[in-house]
Amino acid sequence: MTALLLRDLKLSVRAGGGALIGVLFFMTVVAVIPFGVGPDLNLLSRIGPAIVWIGALLSALLGLDRLFQTEREDGSLDLLLMQEHPLVLTVLVKCLAHWLGNGLPLVIASPLLGLFMNMDEVAIGATMLTLLVGTPALTFIGAVGAAVAVALPRGGLLVSILVLPLAIPVLIFGVSASYAAVEDPAPFLPPFLILVAITMFFAVLGPLGAALALRNAGD
Amino acid sequence: MTDSLAISKFSDLANPTRFLALAARILPWMAAATAILFAIGLYLSFTTEGDYQQGLTVRIMYVHVPSAWLSMMCYTVMAVSAIGTLVWRHPLADVSHKAAAPLGAAFTLIALATGSLWGRPMWGTWWVWDARLTSVFVLFLMYLGLIALNRAMDDPSRAARVSAVLILVGFVNIPIIKFSVDWWNTLHQPASVIRMGGPTIDQEFLWPLLVMAIAFTLLFFTLHVMAMRNEIWRRRVAAQRRMAARMAGREA
Repeated sequence: MTALLLRDLKLSVRAGGGALIGVLFFMTVVAVIPFGVGPDLNLLSRIGPAIVWIGALLSALLGLDRLFQTEREDGSLDLLLMQEHPLVLTVLVKCLAHWLGNGLPLVIASPLLGLFMNMDEVAIGATMLTLLVGTPALTFIGAVGAAVAVALPRGGLLVSILVLPLAIPVLIFGVSASYAAVEDPAPFLPPFLILVAITMFFAVLGPLGAALALRNAGD
Repeated sequence: MTDSLAISKFSDLANPTRFLALAARILPWMAAATAILFAIGLYLSFTTEGDYQQGLTVRIMYVHVPSAWLSMMCYTVMAVSAIGTLVWRHPLADVSHKAAAPLGAAFTLIALATGSLWGRPMWGTWWVWDARLTSVFVLFLMYLGLIALNRAMDDPSRAARVSAVLILVGFVNIPIIKFSVDWWNTLHQPASVIRMGGPTIDQEFLWPLLVMAIAFTLLFFTLHVMAMRNEIWRRRVAAQRRMAARMAGREA
C-alpha cells in the first residue's frame, strides 16, 4: 500500500507536471474574476473566499479523469483489480495519493490568491483551513465519477458533469465556514464541523462506490 | 410458501417475452385508470374554491406538488432498480432504471417550471437559491448526467451496471430534498401533507391534490412500463440488425 502511494505520487509529480497544471489553472481562474467583476478591492475582498473555493473546485475536477485512466491504458488497473488486498483500500490509497499530488498544492497556493483578492489574514487562514479539510471530499466524490467513466474514450467532461452536483454541499459548507470566520455573528465551528463530517462520509462512500464501479467497468 | 412463489414470479419476469406479455395485458387498464383519475382530478381542481389569499394561482399546486413528489419517487424507483442490477443481476432492472431517467427528468422539470410560475406572483421572484429549490435543481442535473452517461456507452449491460453505482451514490440527495425545508429556514413552505400529526392543509384542497397525486403516480407507472417495453424492443431490433449485417457479410 505504501509502495502504491509512493508510486502514484511519483507519477503525478513526474508525468507532465499534472499537479502544477492544476495549480496554474486555479490561479488563472481566480485571476480572470477581477476582469469580470471589475477591480473593486472592497467587492473582491467580500467575494474572495467564494472565488477561491470555486476555483479550487474547478481545478480539482480538472485532474480527476486521470485518476484511473492512465492505469487502464497501461494495463496496471487489471493488476490492481486482481491483487489480494481489498479493492476499497487500493482505491482509498489512490485517492490519497491523488489528493497529495493535486489537492494539497491547491491548498498551499490558496493564501497567495487570497492576497490577490485583498482578503484579510483571518479570512485567508479560514479559507486555507476549509480547503484543507474540504478538498479530500472532492477527490473522494470524484473517484466515483472517474471510476464510472473510466472506460469512456473522452470521459473528462462527463466526469465533471456527474461529479459537480454531488460536490455542491462541500462548496456550500466550505464557503459558509470561511465567511463565518470573518463575519462576527455567525459561528465558525458548526459549518466547519459539518464540512469535516462530509469529508468523513465521502471517505467511506467514495472508495466503496468507485471500487464497485471499477469491478463492473472491466471488460 | 407464498414467499418463494413471489420470488419465482419475480424471476420469471427476467424473461423479456413474459414481461412483454404482461405489459401488453395490463397497459390498457393502467392507461384507462390514469385517464379517468386525471379527468376526476382536473374537474375537482378546477371547480374547488380558490384560496382567499392566493386566488386562482393555488391551482398550480395540483400540478406542482404531485410532480415534485414523483421526481423523488422516480429516483427511489431507480435506486431500487439499481440494487436489482448490482445484487441480483436482474435484466429487467437494467431496463427499468434506464427507462425511468428521462421520466424523472421530465417530472423534475415540470415541478421546477410550475414552481417558478407559482413563485412569481406569490414570492415576487421566479427563482431563489434556497435549500429546497437548489436541491431539486441538483436532482434535475443528476438525471441529465445519468442520461448522458447511459448514452455515452455502447454496451447496454455495462452502462446499466456503471450507472447503477452512480444512482446509488446520488441517492444521498433524496433525504436532503425531503428534509431541506426542516433543516434550513427556507422560503419554500415546510411539508403540509405528509407529516407527523396529520395534514395541515384544508380538506377543500386536500382531495383534489390526493386524486391528482394518484393520477400522476399512475401516469408515471404507465409511462415507465411503456418505456421499458420500448427499450426491450429497441434492443431486439439492434440485435436483429447485427444478425442481418452478419448474414449479409457471409453472403458477400
